[in-house]
Parts: sequence; structure tokens; C-alpha cells
Amino acid sequence: MTMVAENETTAAPGTIPAPSVKPPMAMLAELTHRCPLACPYCSNPLEMTAIKSELKTEEWAEAFKQAAAIGVLQIHLSGGEPASRRDLEELITAARDADLYTNLITSGIGLTEKRLAALDERGLDHVQLSLQGVTAESADEIGGYKGGFDRKMAVAGWVEKQGIPLTLNAVVHRRNMDRLEETIALAQQLGARRIEVATVQFHGWAAANRAALMPTQDQALRAREIVNEARERLKGELVIDYVPADHHAKYPKPCMGGWGSTGLNITPDGTVLPCHAAQTIKGLNFDRFPEKSLRDIWYDGDAFNAFRGFDWMQEPCRSCDRRGKDFGGCRCQAMAIANDPYATDPVCSKSPFHAELVAAAEADSHADASELTYRVSPR
Amino acid sequence: MTLTAITEADTPFLPRGVRTKFDSVRDIWVLLAPERAVKLDPIGAAILAEVDGTRTLNEIAGGLAAKYNAPVDQIKKDAGAFLMSLIERRMVELR
Ligand code: SF4
Ligand code: SF4
Repeated sequence: MTMVAENETTAAPGTIPAPSVKPPMAMLAELTHRCPLACPYCSNPLEMTAIKSELKTEEWAEAFKQAAAIGVLQIHLSGGEPASRRDLEELITAARDADLYTNLITSGIGLTEKRLAALDERGLDHVQLSLQGVTAESADEIGGYKGGFDRKMAVAGWVEKQGIPLTLNAVVHRRNMDRLEETIALAQQLGARRIEVATVQFHGWAAANRAALMPTQDQALRAREIVNEARERLKGELVIDYVPADHHAKYPKPCMGGWGSTGLNITPDGTVLPCHAAQTIKGLNFDRFPEKSLRDIWYDGDAFNAFRGFDWMQEPCRSCDRRGKDFGGCRCQAMAIANDPYATDPVCSKSPFHAELVAAAEADSHADASELTYRVSPR
Repeated sequence: MTLTAITEADTPFLPRGVRTKFDSVRDIWVLLAPERAVKLDPIGAAILAEVDGTRTLNEIAGGLAAKYNAPVDQIKKDAGAFLMSLIERRMVELR
């Protein structure tokens, strides 16, 4: 998810409870961790929520209402595979009743023409369809699901027929990056209004597949060129959002637009997170909805306040003039590599761990690994 | 496809999946689109309030000029540039 909040103006003063904390713009609702696919880079946690612990329809509906009341404008219905929930139709209605812009993030598996028509009727605003590759063979190998690609193409056709705007979500890595031009062409062919080209982030399941999926530096440079060229050529036809590989950058990306500043995630059992990987950070306390209200969690939750502002920072971030721009980068990455969630993101060239991170990525990108470790689905 | 500039005879409209909303928490108008939320200033909000898919840029500018007692040519230019920036991002289309 790359929800972009654009500030065209200086925001007018609103009714904001705490002066330093702004209302959230977006909420990612992981409706379920179940998924027919088994992508080896899935961003779901290794420990997944079982079906019986998933929030009920009415609980989600209440979460949507509370989210809208604290300022959320867009809801991203995700998973796992959201279509694995039989009440997806009702959840769309609930989100629209709460006056939320409703985005479905799906692999397409579990959607039928009839079901899409029903979602359309209930006011679904936008569909984001994942793409594992441009051919059936390569895509189905990554997704670990035979027939997945063909099904997706059919789903894209139904979305187009219903007139719902379509985004293609292409996750790129060493195995498919050389076909980026074809990927963009496929988006055009399917009538997508937008494509998200996201390089695999090596957290969660992807961490086990670094040696098989890490792109080479050449691939990353070439991808940037292709994206820049296509953006210019397709202006007004196809919007292209690009998430580059971390380790080829000099500075980190601003994770979530700043911790606890733009959006929140709810996991299938109602645990509320500042970012989808936040549970990898030891020592943070996460609140659960509906035990606490979203308002209390957003403004007063320990995990949300842990990395807000600049006081928590260490050097070199603390005195860096980019700290208001990238907020010291990703906390989960600092945890994973520096073993300290307060450290400078090792993606940053000023981090003492930077050389190590680059060397590891470089080595993995040339590894001779073909075995993939697939994610497994919860019961 | 090369993008052509908007002309005064064009009729702009918000395509499916793009809509404006008054955000009562922040007390501003916002434009919602796939993966984007654009905060609108009062001028942007006033322009989009006139975009109904039946009126041309010419008519929209005329209406705004009368309403705000401003020179129509300037409004045509400003509204055209604003709409063009949204067209480039696929948030507005023309017919
Ligand atoms: S990344 Fe793949 S496995 Fe994970 S939720 Fe998405 S489609 Fe399912
Ligand atoms: S030192 Fe910290 S704030 Fe400065 S660029 Fe690096 S990560 Fe960002």
C-alpha cells in the first residue's frame, strides 16, 4: 500500500484533539490471513491469525465507523485474500455507509463475475489486483497456484466491464524485473488506470527468499529508467507508482509517511498496528480493537507514540536535517539489522550498518538460489 | 497517447472512482481517487464544485467569474491549469 496524501494547500485548522498528532488518512484492514496463493514474499506475519480469531462482520463495521470518525478517508480492504471472507459484500456496504473511499486489494482468486457485480452495486470504489508475472507459467510459479494467472486476467476483464477503476499491483524481484516493460504494457492492455511497481521488501516471508529474489544493482537501475520513461510517455493514461529497492538508495524511505502520522493497520484479530510489520519490534505493546476504541489507540496507544516526533531518535538521526523528511526510516528494518528499533535505518548511508546491508544484498543478488520458500495459509 | 491541452469547449468530469468529499474532521474539501487523497484549497474546491460533466470549461469559468466577480480570462487560465494537473494524474477526464 502506498497511500499518498497530497498537500495541495496548507490545511485549514480542524478539530484536532492533540495538537501534535494529526488525524489518520488511511486504514489498512487485513480482513483475513487466509489466501489461496502462497507468494514467497507475502507481507503477512509468519505467525498468522486463525479463522476463529478473525473479527466478525459487525466488529469490522464498527471499526470502519470509528476510523471515519477520527479522520480516515480511505479504507484498504486487504488480507491475505479479502475475497476469502464470505461477508466481503457486507463489509463493502459497511465501509461505504461510513462514508469511506473503499479500495479492494485482491489476488482475484475467489472473485466471480457475479460477485464483482455485487461489490460494484454496493459502491466499491477501486480494485487493486496483484500480479506475480506476465506469463501464466512464471506468475503461477511465484504465486504457487496453478491457473491463478488466467483467473486474474478474467477478473481484470470483469472489473473493466463493471467500470471500476483498476490498479495493477506488480511486485518485482530478480526473477521478473527484466520483464518490467511487458508488465507496464499489460497494465495498459487491461485498461488499468494505475500500476504500482513495488520491489519486494525483504521482511516477513520474503526474508527467507532473499537469495532467490534479491534484484541485482543493474536490474534496479534499469527499472528506475524504465519507470521514468514510461511515466513521461503515459502521462494522463497510466499513473505509475514505484517502490525502489532499499539498498540501492542513499537515504531511507519515510516509512508510512512517518510513524503514527498517516495511517493505521488492523490485523484479522483486531490488533491495531502503526505499520504492518510492527509486531517484529520487541517490547512494543499493541492494543486490540474492540477492547479499546480506535481514537484511544491512535492518540494514546503505546505503540503509536513510541516513534512519534523526534525525541526517541539517536545520532546520527537526532541532529540530521533530513529527520523531518524520512523520520529516520523504517523501525522494523532497524530492528532486523541493527537489533535496535531506535537506531538509524541501516538503509541510510549514515548508518554504521549500511555497508553490511549493501554487502549482504549484493551477495544475495548474485546467489545461485532457485528454491522458493512459500508462505502457508492459516487454518 | 499524447496528452492534449484542455480547451474551453471541453467538458471535464470526474471519472468513476474519483470524488470530492467534505472532510468534517479537518474542515476542508478533499478529492479522493485511487490511493490518493488531495486536500483542496477553497479555489480548487470551488472549481470542482462546478465540474458536473455537462458544462464546458468556458461555461464553468463564466459561472465562477460571475460568482466571485473576477476576470473571466484569468479564471479560465487558472481553472484550465488546475484541471490539466488533475488530468495528468487521471483524476479528471474530458468529453
Ligand atoms: S502476497 Fe500473495 S500470499 Fe500474501 S496475501 Fe498477497 S496474494 Fe496472498
Ligand atoms: S541519519 Fe537518520 S534522519 Fe538523517 S538521512 Fe539518515 S535516516 Fe534520515
